[in-house]
Amino acid sequence: MTMAVRNTNMSDAKAIPTIATKAVVLPFVPPKSQTGARIRQMAINIATAVVPPLITVALILIVWQILCARPGATLPAPSVVWAEANDLIVSPFFNFGSQDIGLGWRVLVSLQRVLVGFGLAAVVGIMLGTLVGQSVWAMRGLDPVFQVLRTVPPLAWLPIALAAFRDSQPSAIFVIFITSIWPVIINTAVGIRNIPQDYRNVALVLRLNAFEYFAKIMVPAAAPYIFTGLRIGIGLSWLAIVAAEMLTGGVGIGFFIWDAWNSSRLPDIVVALIYIGVVGFMLDRLVSLIGRLATRGVAVN
Amino acid sequence: MNRPYLKIDQVSKVFNRGSMSTEVLKDISLDIERGEFVSIIGHSGCGKSTLLNIIAGLTPATIGGILLEDREVNSPGPDRAVVFQNHSLLPWLTVYDNVRLAVDKVFGRQKSRAERHAWTMHNLDLVQMGHAADKRPSEVSGGMKQRVGIARALAMEPKVLLLDEPFGALDALTRAHLQDSVMQIHATLGNTVIMITHDVDEAVLLSDRIVMMTNGPSARVGEVLTVPLARPRKRLELVTNATYTKSRESVLKFLYERHQFVEAA
Ligand SMILES: Nc1ncnc2c1ncn2[C@@H]1O[C@H](COP(=O)(O)OP(=O)(O)OP(=O)(O)O)[C@@H](O)[C@H]1O
Ligand SMILES: [Mg+2]
Repeated sequence: MTMAVRNTNMSDAKAIPTIATKAVVLPFVPPKSQTGARIRQMAINIATAVVPPLITVALILIVWQILCARPGATLPAPSVVWAEANDLIVSPFFNFGSQDIGLGWRVLVSLQRVLVGFGLAAVVGIMLGTLVGQSVWAMRGLDPVFQVLRTVPPLAWLPIALAAFRDSQPSAIFVIFITSIWPVIINTAVGIRNIPQDYRNVALVLRLNAFEYFAKIMVPAAAPYIFTGLRIGIGLSWLAIVAAEMLTGGVGIGFFIWDAWNSSRLPDIVVALIYIGVVGFMLDRLVSLIGRLATRGVAVN
Repeated sequence: MNRPYLKIDQVSKVFNRGSMSTEVLKDISLDIERGEFVSIIGHSGCGKSTLLNIIAGLTPATIGGILLEDREVNSPGPDRAVVFQNHSLLPWLTVYDNVRLAVDKVFGRQKSRAERHAWTMHNLDLVQMGHAADKRPSEVSGGMKQRVGIARALAMEPKVLLLDEPFGALDALTRAHLQDSVMQIHATLGNTVIMITHDVDEAVLLSDRIVMMTNGPSARVGEVLTVPLARPRKRLELVTNATYTKSRESVLKFLYERHQFVEAA
């Protein structure tokens, strides 16, 4: 399973011993300069996290500029993007009427769809995953079906959804739902199946009823797995929404790209791609942060 | 005619795995009195945990059964609290909440909120863990976790306390401390205790009787040794005590002469 994505906290943890050794070496410094040292340490930490990616971005921009500034280049250079689309970059939330709005608004519309679709997928996925993880017969019956369905590409569901709902909004939400539910189901099921026999025995000795067992043992014990599934799921939904919106229209960020392509506004597309990447990254971090807060202490035992 | 408090009545256990079936326990019978401290000792894999799980109701016996106060035991319950070998605290709950979960479940109806809080703290104090109530299991040492496991079991006010190698994973010093705690608790509360152990000294020090099991498969009760040492027992004074030395010797003889462990575990 994809468990490797959790808990990459090593660099944060390393900062602490450094402070401690400093305090030992200088036993008579007043507390003020200790906080000074701590601030300096924090600044160093931030710098080591921020500077290397900044350099990478700068290099990419330079290479891109060189490649696309030549005569006959098919794609816009960064300078062109800035010149033609800086309104999109600097003010994400302008609003001049129905299709002339900032990318921030469009992202929010897309996020809203993702939230509904992914929220449903999370709830249903955790319930189905619990069922599959808990009952051998449910696993035998459902698991093969899930394994087949999860390989269907998101957009292949769209015509079916359009036919069923006869409206683009619920269809887009359905595509999100059906895309992101599989990793939630599968990871939840693995998490439930991996609950140590000891915890089950504790529940048996205490005579916990089914509801108490679900809330007090199952969910917390499987939480690291569940959050891994949710994290993969939110990534997939963000991938799917852009594609779905290209086909269904509306005001989402996906449709904006399609619209820009049809009217040959390549710089706008470049800006939209950056928006999508940054928002997808933030979604991923958000879910992983919630997961880390919610599973404190479970992973380390 | 005096009926025994806990009766293990001709228990046999056969595990079926596919077409293979192995008889792990054969015809185990034992009567245990109220307040007695009984140790079960035997080589690894002979079926001690299986026997304890049958008493706890976690595993059904194939033949025979368990009677507690003349009533048959066939499902697990808080009247037979288990302290598991690897503490099995819930890592997402604090030390306090681990014990409180048991207290709430067992005394949810009888005791008020404040009483349940007091009872939780009382049991943590009993194992000297009151100071770490708000820590998580991952933040306390192995010995401390085991103490909390014992507190959780005691908090259920079990009729019988079942300990499955409770100190197996601990260093000698921590082990000695915990043995003293358990002896003290047993002296104060008078619990009926069944403890599995690998450690001959531990068995002799703590027990009223030591049940020695033969090697599996089809393990039986080989011998039952009564340890006629007066309580309270002091570990240092016992080192030179003749009864202690003799008891120790007979357990060692049983384990290493008559029932030498043949296959490598
Ligand atoms: N669920 C099971 N299915 C099949 N065989 C089992 C099962 N549980 C235990 N056994 C077998 O029963 C035998 C006794 O196991 P048990 O765990 O009771 O031994 P033990 O005396 O507690 O050993 P140890 O001292 O190492 O803890 C072992 O040979 C084991 O392989
Ligand atoms: Mg065992």
